[in-house]
Amino acid sequence: MKKITVLSLILMLAMTAFVGCGGGSGADEDTVRIGVFEPASGDNGAGGKQEVLGIQYANSVQPTVEIDGKEYKVELVIVDNESDNSKAVTAAESLVSQDVSIVLGSYGSGVSIAAADTFAKAGMPAVGVSCTNPQVTADCDVYFRICFLDPFQGTVLANYAYENGMRKAYCLSKLGDDYSVGLVNYFVEAFKELGGEVVEEQFPDKNSDFTSYVANAKKAGCDVFFSPVSTEAAALIIDQAEAQSLGMPILAGDTWDSNVITGAAKGKNVEIVVTTFYQEGGNPEFDEGIKAWFDENPEAVTNNGGNTDLAAVTALGYDAYFVALEAFKAAGSTDPADILKVLPTLEVTGLVCGDVSFNETGDANKSEAFVKKCNTEDGTWEFIKKQTAN
Amino acid sequence: MEIKLKNKTKAALSTIAIALFLILIYAADNGMFSGSSWRMFITVIEKGAIFALVAASMNLLNGFTGLFSLGQAGFMLMGAYSYAIFTIPAASHDTVYQYFDGGIIKWSIVEILENKMGIAGHYLGIFLPMIFAGLLVAGVAYLIAIPVLRLKSDYLAIATLGFAEILRAFFQWNTLGPVTNGSNVLRKYTTYESAIFPVIIAGICIAIIFLLINSTYGRAFKAIRDDEIAAEAMGINLFKHKSMSFVISSFFAGISGALLAMFQTTISATPFTTQMTYEILLIVVIGGIGSISGSVIGAFLFTASAEWWLRGLDSGRWLGISSGIMRPGFRKVVFAILIMMIVLFYARGIMGDKEFSWDRFVNWWRSRPGAIKAWPDKLKANSEARKKARTAKAVAKAKAKEDKADSEKKKSSGIPLFTPLPMSDEVIIFDKEGN
Amino acid sequence: MNLFNTWLPYILAGIAVGGQYALIAIGYTMVYGILRLINFAHGDIFMWSGLIMVYLITVLPLWLSVIVVVVFAILLGTTIERVAYRPLRSAPRMSIMISAIGVSYLLQNFALYITGGLTKTYPAIRFLQKTVAIGSATTKMVTIITPFLTILLVFLLVMLIKHTKIGMAMRAVSRDFETSSLMGIDINRVITVTFVIGCALAAIGSVLYFSNYTGINPMSGAMPGLKAFVAAVFGGIGSVPGAVLGAFVIGIAENIIKGTGWTTFSDAFTFVLLIIILMIKPTGLFGEKDIDKV
Repeated sequence: MKKITVLSLILMLAMTAFVGCGGGSGADEDTVRIGVFEPASGDNGAGGKQEVLGIQYANSVQPTVEIDGKEYKVELVIVDNESDNSKAVTAAESLVSQDVSIVLGSYGSGVSIAAADTFAKAGMPAVGVSCTNPQVTADCDVYFRICFLDPFQGTVLANYAYENGMRKAYCLSKLGDDYSVGLVNYFVEAFKELGGEVVEEQFPDKNSDFTSYVANAKKAGCDVFFSPVSTEAAALIIDQAEAQSLGMPILAGDTWDSNVITGAAKGKNVEIVVTTFYQEGGNPEFDEGIKAWFDENPEAVTNNGGNTDLAAVTALGYDAYFVALEAFKAAGSTDPADILKVLPTLEVTGLVCGDVSFNETGDANKSEAFVKKCNTEDGTWEFIKKQTAN
Repeated sequence: MEIKLKNKTKAALSTIAIALFLILIYAADNGMFSGSSWRMFITVIEKGAIFALVAASMNLLNGFTGLFSLGQAGFMLMGAYSYAIFTIPAASHDTVYQYFDGGIIKWSIVEILENKMGIAGHYLGIFLPMIFAGLLVAGVAYLIAIPVLRLKSDYLAIATLGFAEILRAFFQWNTLGPVTNGSNVLRKYTTYESAIFPVIIAGICIAIIFLLINSTYGRAFKAIRDDEIAAEAMGINLFKHKSMSFVISSFFAGISGALLAMFQTTISATPFTTQMTYEILLIVVIGGIGSISGSVIGAFLFTASAEWWLRGLDSGRWLGISSGIMRPGFRKVVFAILIMMIVLFYARGIMGDKEFSWDRFVNWWRSRPGAIKAWPDKLKANSEARKKARTAKAVAKAKAKEDKADSEKKKSSGIPLFTPLPMSDEVIIFDKEGN
Repeated sequence: MNLFNTWLPYILAGIAVGGQYALIAIGYTMVYGILRLINFAHGDIFMWSGLIMVYLITVLPLWLSVIVVVVFAILLGTTIERVAYRPLRSAPRMSIMISAIGVSYLLQNFALYITGGLTKTYPAIRFLQKTVAIGSATTKMVTIITPFLTILLVFLLVMLIKHTKIGMAMRAVSRDFETSSLMGIDINRVITVTFVIGCALAAIGSVLYFSNYTGINPMSGAMPGLKAFVAAVFGGIGSVPGAVLGAFVIGIAENIIKGTGWTTFSDAFTFVLLIIILMIKPTGLFGEKDIDKV
């Protein structure tokens, strides 16, 4: 009995591998596949889903692409990298094995860094959407990205803080998180150069008690609380900041530009300032289009966190999709190797977050960030200014 | 009818099987098969081999020595780091340790040996740090063993789990950044090129574990597992053997950590959580506690299902079935339910405490579901046999207990233990469940 | 005075989180006392109580939701005991522990599926989340309420254990499992009651804990669960007052550690404490001698 159960179970499973997944290789001739490498669970699950939404919306706007005179249907292959560096490798491998032509993602730099070698080994071009850590593209020939980098973002934030009279910063990052640790590092560097003073601390993962960190910032007499951490932790920090009357502005990076933050901050006495890629209203056509799309897709609204407020990463995801389409057109082929050849010289205009072209490391030539402030009365973002480097 | 094969035949079969397996991997790895599923196959083989090794090492401890330790992920973490730190090429130090001015170790063993010995040095350069990783972990395990092994079962489990968590925090500590790169990933270190490498290394290590278990030491381990007091009475040095098992198990966990580092090409401390230890433990359980070949089979099945076969469950289409309930996360639910079913209904796992043998395989093959006619009888016979075994076990248990009580009485009354004790034939068994 | 003012926020936070750990720790210590099983799934029952609350509040009024959450936790706990632990009771101790780990794995993954991996925000219970000022520190109302509520519940529980028939049965079973079953005590009933009490307290703990730290994700139960277990060991496993004391010590110590800048090791510290205790006094502060029945 046992033998048969086990045997049949194994056989059944093994069948799926070659039948189910193998079906991928036998897909329609006229389909081109785009791999979406994003977290749907774990710390960055919320952000990853919003980024995927942008890609899905773009796909609904432009479901086909003409490559070398032939019309192709674009199919998205989405895998969950679980915000986990060790799961990222196999997730990336499963994309490669499903014959995608290009990979988009990920939200969160750690997983992209972890997967970079897998993509490099397979010669698979990858376009980072919102991974801002410089290490993603450094020393990797196949990884490109369409967002700005942390050294830039850190400098912008430090400048903003210093210009607004803040002299002592409390910097909180998450232990083992490339993104927050990296950004804090660049912020500290820039802030110290300007003459500021910093207190740096890190919290362990799975931590949900931020009472003491908020108390530490108050005790140290800081002027600004800088914590560019994941939105999960962010909501808890905002909550504690309110409970203990933090009394200083909270400064953060692109991850905080999310409706999770505005939702958490709504009705609370906190001041939140972030730098980001896109400001709602920057491209009315896109805003209206995606809102209409949200109306038709209740599931998309759920993935967006229950409302239709736009996150910057959604706009970036939308851009990434069109960058991929342009790459197909320029290459005139769906072969990853051909696409890889044209990417370094690719220039894409007409995107919602600004034109994209890549420098020699594969990073986008972008030099402006949007500074936004959270309006805690109605839970929306208020545009402060556009900040360029220096 | 049971078939018994000759030793020569068995050896030949083993050689052929291993050779075929290696050739298959080599061919798939070098793209000799068309079809992209083969890429996934290779990935699963690599990861499966690595987890087979760590599962076997955990089995040595939990299944053969009866020490319930949950520190495996911590030891793997340490092995992974100590391998990676020493093999990052000098030129990459500045990018890897970008926040720590290039770190304090500015060289790579691989490069040093490569310059001296060429290509042989390259492989030696991978091999030595890997062994070093194992030794370092074994050393730390020895230090931990002194206090921890005094504890019994669940206390030991929770203490080792605690050590693993402490290790994780330690490796992420910013102050150690110039060596461990703090919270940031280590990358760019030298890795293996061919999938054959982890398979062979893991294979050799598992073979060593296997040989160890069948040696005098292995028998001592099993004696400790079955009855500590009896083992001690037989002259087995408890602490020596327990710490030996702990250290050896950690050594192989360290090696598998190093292999995992090579497989992933980047390493950070975050994923080495208790969750990872639990997964390794579940592999051991699926394969059968007390069976090394079971652990190996379990590791490949676990990896293949989790990373490959069941992935379709997350994307809404699996085995041709499409359903709304198949959204991200469904794979893990199904997987967890499967595991619970194994734990509850097939507690012995796939192999029980038996090892793979060609005899069993051949006989199993002959008795495969093909011969369905003989089924009902066979089932009945099986259940009868099981019932008998259970009763016999209960009787033996009760007897052992009484013996122990008796011997204790003897001990306290000063009568030497060696005088044969009168055995009572009537044993009353209390059914714990019944009232 | 100044020093006191500086440390007040940390101590307040420590007492609050300590009280919440205590409510979880009781479940661990009682189950361990009777079954000699580390119920690894207990932290996940705690997490699920919080998660269910998120969904319930959208359809039910607050007071009813709290009651349903407690009932749910009790049902979940007793079902787990019945399905996953009872069949293995005569099996080796390792099997039942593995089963507990398996249940924990299942509960976490199921939560992951239900929530889609996103952190859920705990419903605002205005009364508990009101900001209050104590001396130099401002904090949430829940911080003040937790220790008092915890001590009240523990007092009731101790009364129950000391002065009722079922309490006596529980003490008997935890002292000697087999003998007490011979004496005619219905073991299964005692175990069920143990799980009922443990899970109910964990559910109440979840209301307090998540009102204070408002994000719930599938892993939210893991760390508090482990820490509560350490608290139970610290106090001497099987001893309810010991577990409570241990929980407060761990809660306060953890926050002071964070306050002194050793934030990296705030979780690791708990385990260091555990190992030190196991080395020096394996039976904990109030543990009985020779608790190991092997």
